Amino acid sequence: MSVAERAVDDVPNPVPSDAADTLVDKQLSEPALVRSPQARKPWLKRKLPQLRAFVFAIISLVLFVALWHVLTENRVSFHVRFINVPSPKQVLEKAEAAFKSAMFFEHARISCRRIGFGFVIAALIAIPLGLVMGRYKMIREFVTPVVEVIRPIPAIAWVPMSIMLWPSNEESIVFITFLGSFFPILLNTIAGMGAVDPVLVRAAQSLGASERQIFRKVYFPACLPSIFTGLAVGMGVAWVSLIAAEMISGQFGIGYFTWEAYSLVQYADIALGMITIGVLGLLSSLLIRLFGNLLMPWKS
Amino acid sequence: MLNLVSPRAKIEPPARTYRNDRGRIEIDNVGIVFDGDRGVHTAVENTSITIEPGQFVCILGPSGCGKSTLLNAVAGYVPPTTGQIRVDGEPVKAPGPDRGMVFQQYSLFPWMTVRENVAFGPRISGRGEPTPEAIADTFIEMVGLTRFAKRYPRELSGGMQQRVGIARALANYPRVLLMDEPFGALDSQTRAMMSENLLKIWAEFGITVLFVTHDIDEAVFLGDRVLVMSASPGRIIADIKIDLPRPRDGDLTVDEGFIRYKRLFHAQIRQESLKAFEQQNR
Ligand SMILES: Nc1ncnc2c1ncn2[C@@H]1O[C@H](COP(=O)(O)OP(=O)(O)OP(=O)(O)O)[C@@H](O)[C@H]1O
Ligand SMILES: [Mg+2]
Repeated sequence: MSVAERAVDDVPNPVPSDAADTLVDKQLSEPALVRSPQARKPWLKRKLPQLRAFVFAIISLVLFVALWHVLTENRVSFHVRFINVPSPKQVLEKAEAAFKSAMFFEHARISCRRIGFGFVIAALIAIPLGLVMGRYKMIREFVTPVVEVIRPIPAIAWVPMSIMLWPSNEESIVFITFLGSFFPILLNTIAGMGAVDPVLVRAAQSLGASERQIFRKVYFPACLPSIFTGLAVGMGVAWVSLIAAEMISGQFGIGYFTWEAYSLVQYADIALGMITIGVLGLLSSLLIRLFGNLLMPWKS
Repeated sequence: MLNLVSPRAKIEPPARTYRNDRGRIEIDNVGIVFDGDRGVHTAVENTSITIEPGQFVCILGPSGCGKSTLLNAVAGYVPPTTGQIRVDGEPVKAPGPDRGMVFQQYSLFPWMTVRENVAFGPRISGRGEPTPEAIADTFIEMVGLTRFAKRYPRELSGGMQQRVGIARALANYPRVLLMDEPFGALDSQTRAMMSENLLKIWAEFGITVLFVTHDIDEAVFLGDRVLVMSASPGRIIADIKIDLPRPRDGDLTVDEGFIRYKRLFHAQIRQESLKAFEQQNR
């Protein structure tokens, strides 16, 4: 069926049925790609950049561990003292023991749960708020002063206040994690709204989109890259805030585990805790990146 | 100019049978004044134009004379300070799907594929007969980009993106097509091909086109009528009917009649451009 037939009743000016045929101009329409694909480079040559990056990554990590090994095994003390610093081997032994105990995983699990709650709540509030603040000047003018006053206060400085505010220790730690990630997400979302190309909004208007549709189909997707920048930064700050809060007021969590190891003179556990924090932080930012790539297939 | 169009394009003159009485634009004593931080600026001065349904009208004028402003007023983005704009008797109050817009800048939604971009209008209007995608595919085929339907805009060349922009505007079956230097960012050969392609589409559709340009060749090649706009503040200083046969193709640009029109506009535009240049340097 042709467009002309399809659109008879409500479209007074349809495309004639042969429009498609008469108007396609092969030379105009299909440059370059008409050619058969060129012979591809050999596999190894194509993958060389990735391969090289991978090899470099391995070498750099191995060198780092080797340096650590040399410094600690020889108990180097040259202003900086490696005397009590555990060696990689000691940490590995501790890790093996820790992986067998339920307690270690419990600490990690509790930290992840706190991050999960704090970060997700922050995202759920900061993203819509940022979108609305970016879109409506009056709301922005109204909310920005409060944001600007609270934002410079580091989340760690909130620890005493948070303990007073919330009935349980758990809630106060989640609150601090929330605070840490809230502002980066909010500010990036607002910045993203400010950078939306007005021509896209005009295009949508001329295509008949309502204010709500423009918000959902133009502003939101246009902001997604900035939102994900905010999420990535926010996740980093969330970990910083969480670990600090756990060290000060926690009874569980990987930050508490690390601090307790120091109190109990379990030096290898300090390093183990630190590495665990690093790995968890890395995994969570990878997760965000993965999620972002899934939501933004037009990028990359 | 090269005639890069394949023999297939030399088809019978398009039937005008689809043309009807839809798409009359009346610009009635319109003045547009910007009252900004840097003072009051008159962009368009007391302009009256009537464009008949199905006409292809070019607005030709030097940079900064107010062409875009006038077009944006017809689109509904900029409210006229005085006067009124009507499309088929209805006063223009806001942007709407009855007036398709093609922009100078690339304005495809980067997060949508070509097909999704073109289907945007039909989907919004709920006029998906049988589906918005099916309508989109027809229009994508019309601009010859079927094999790129699943690509994202950034994977296309500038000329291709503009063709998708034209398809997207037409997929809404607008009364009029407003084009603001749509080929301004393209190289001259692509431009020439795009112009011919546009004329074919227009001939088939019989849609009213209001086309803004600062390029004399483009205006004469495309238009039934060319309106010359003065340097700022913009006024229409000439309204010239282009009596050249259709269908037009690249050969026309070396035609004597074509060159005569060019000469005519050259004198006017040169004068206005000088004025505009002096104004901007002040
Ligand atoms: N929103 C605005 N506020 C204030 N002045 C404006 C605004 N938009 C345009 N102008 C001014 O109005 C005049 C006409 O601008 P316009 O964009 O319509 O020119 P133009 O003819 O389209 O030029 P070009 O060919 O360079 O695109 C210019 O002097 C410009 O500075
Ligand atoms: Mg302009």
